[in-house]
Amino acid sequence: MSAILQGAGAGAAAALSPFNSIDSNKLVAHSRSSLSVRSKRYIVAGSDEGTNKSFGSSSLIARRSQPLMIPNAVAATKADTASSSTPSKSGHELLLFEALQEGLEEEMDRDPHVCVMGEDVGHYGGSYKVTKGLADKFGDLRVLDTPICENAFTGMGIGAAMTGLRPVIEGMNMGFLLLAFNQISNNCGMLHYTSGGQFTIPVVIRGPGGVGRQLGAEHSQRLESYFQSIPGIQMVACSTPYNAKGLMKAAIRSENPVILFEHVLLYNLKESIPDEEYICNLEEAEMVRPGEHITILTYSRMRYHAMQAAKTLVNKGYDPEVIDIRSLKPFDLHTIGNSVKKTHRVLIVEECMRTGGIGASLTAAINENFHDYLDAPVMCLSSQDVPTPYAGTLEEWTVVQPAQIVTAVEQLCQ
Amino acid sequence: MALSRLSSRSNTFLKPAITALHSPIRRHVSTDTSPITIETAVPFTSHLCESPSRSVESSSEEILAFFRDMARMRRMEIAADCLYKAKLIRGFCHLYDGQEALAVGMEAAITKKDAIITSYRDHCTFIGRGGKLVDAFSELMGRKTGCSNGKGGSMHFYKKDASFYGGHGIVGAQIPLGCGLAFAQKYNKDEAVTFVLYGDGAANQGQLFEALNIAALWDLPAILVCENNHYGMGTATWRSAKSPAYFKRGDYVPGLKVDGMDALAVKQACKFAKEHALKNGPIILEMDTYRYHGHSMSDPGSTYRTRDEISGVREVRDPIERVRKLLLSHDIATEKELKDMEKEIRKEVDDAVAQAKESPVPDSSELFTNMYVKDCGVESFGADRKALKVTLP
Repeated sequence: MSAILQGAGAGAAAALSPFNSIDSNKLVAHSRSSLSVRSKRYIVAGSDEGTNKSFGSSSLIARRSQPLMIPNAVAATKADTASSSTPSKSGHELLLFEALQEGLEEEMDRDPHVCVMGEDVGHYGGSYKVTKGLADKFGDLRVLDTPICENAFTGMGIGAAMTGLRPVIEGMNMGFLLLAFNQISNNCGMLHYTSGGQFTIPVVIRGPGGVGRQLGAEHSQRLESYFQSIPGIQMVACSTPYNAKGLMKAAIRSENPVILFEHVLLYNLKESIPDEEYICNLEEAEMVRPGEHITILTYSRMRYHAMQAAKTLVNKGYDPEVIDIRSLKPFDLHTIGNSVKKTHRVLIVEECMRTGGIGASLTAAINENFHDYLDAPVMCLSSQDVPTPYAGTLEEWTVVQPAQIVTAVEQLCQ
Repeated sequence: MALSRLSSRSNTFLKPAITALHSPIRRHVSTDTSPITIETAVPFTSHLCESPSRSVESSSEEILAFFRDMARMRRMEIAADCLYKAKLIRGFCHLYDGQEALAVGMEAAITKKDAIITSYRDHCTFIGRGGKLVDAFSELMGRKTGCSNGKGGSMHFYKKDASFYGGHGIVGAQIPLGCGLAFAQKYNKDEAVTFVLYGDGAANQGQLFEALNIAALWDLPAILVCENNHYGMGTATWRSAKSPAYFKRGDYVPGLKVDGMDALAVKQACKFAKEHALKNGPIILEMDTYRYHGHSMSDPGSTYRTRDEISGVREVRDPIERVRKLLLSHDIATEKELKDMEKEIRKEVDDAVAQAKESPVPDSSELFTNMYVKDCGVESFGADRKALKVTLP
């Protein structure tokens, strides 16, 4: 199984290359903290207003029209100096899996309590090379090759976390974590509550999921929909090397259990990220492309489909606002709400199944909170409620394609 | 009076002034720490290791403490039975009476640095780890002063400062957690061990073998203790396990079968196991024990076993009676003294129940506390900044 997955990952990279060109230049106004100011707390403020801080970008940076919540006063002072743009230090280019590895390595250097456990994470280097080189550097006790028993090693990670260790548990494919569902739901999510706050479970559970390239039904699962009801956990989905590293670091530092969803097809995305240390806010959404006409909410791989559709839509005269929600539990209703207030139309594009997916919950949340601001019903484009077929053409039709996004936007904006 | 020597439990009206009136033989045996060696009634059976000796070193103080602690646990469980029938305890209530020797014997062999994790039959293990009676009863009745603030219930007792990791409802799920605790102990070089308790029912869970494999592979200081009370709820062991020799089921992991109704045998086995685990990795202890109550309060306990069997075990193997006989035969205490002790304990338990009954229920605001840990101080508001939809403290 592992050989196939790796092969598919490599093949996917080539197929995704059209997307690579979009990301760095068009993705504007990344939320980043003013790092050097704070000693310990690298909290990402709400977007700095109009600073030219996006790396390697050109004049396509649009200004954010509304100030976002700034959780830190210190960060706010930086935001005020909007006009004096501080050119960022030149970053370094890397692929998404390397960004994850960098984040993991930095955190393991920083805190000796961080350890990694999973199948083939040590000597093999990880089936997607996220943990490559770590076993040589940190040794067998910190980078643990487990036998194939998801239930047991997830439980072990959680037990270790109860005493203060910070394990990063890797599921070779998210779908295998279904075997550990009991441990994740009952022990990981609920122990802090049922023990009356005595135990914290600072684990990070991560792994690739999502529909890949003809991997078959069992290896193309989207577990965010199953895990979203578990009380006590946080879920985030990374989509770019920048936010992958930032979210990985934030998740490891968080005292709460965090599930970090990666996508099989995104591991070879290339981007330039800052040299200095940064983390991303776990609960914040990312503004990918500000706009006026419609809010497109998406996450993980569908972000790229949405951006591709956005290109077509711009040519047709629409101005979509694309937000990568990143935080799947809890939703960043602040960013989303501000967007809905501006555009009055919402389209959710996700890779989960139609039934009970993240989109379903998000639709309910938006309807409940922002009903008065909506000019049209919230539309949600999700994957079909079918096991992912092997045949390439059928698989393509299981997930949402850019053409469908364009049609949906046109329909909503009538 | 022997009671004057009972450390923290003396009632004020039993002050020592009366001793002079009694016989000139001043009995000071019960606080004597000079060693007494007692042979266990039943020999140990071992698998892939040597059995520990049948001669157990103890002292009168320790045996008296066994009696006291077991009597307290027994009384607590009976009180819980009454409270459940009075509908003050709801939901599931799994009682441990009959199995007390395991909890006290284990405590005598280990320190508070060693960790214990068990299943839902956790009331007595909690008390053994130093939990207070009033905390236990408050938690059972869902009060704010309970050990888990009333949010856990019978199956979720925890005591972090005493390395007691609960209290778990799903059968067998605590086994990987326990191996994780042992892993952390090895990681931190603690020189401590973890006792992972599970039942004969849980012994058939796949996750046990998964965790055991990892523990043996990585040489973790984990001691898996199978509390074999012969019934997995309503199913006897001969109906659920092809091989009911649970101490042998570890295959490559050594095992020991122990008479779990004998507190001294349990102590000896746990001591042996701790030494073994610190040097050689995991070991399985099978404790042959018995529960008088049914699986839980909803189970009468007599549909799958006869009342004669239950009373037979109570007559022949009861752990408290055994220790009582030991105390009497070694002249550590008289019948009357023991009876007085039991009366005192009964009062102690009743007081704790009364105090717990008076304690407040949790506030409704407690519904949302302890969901997440206070982390970086970020709050997420609704868009209008008025309605607080999610506060991540």
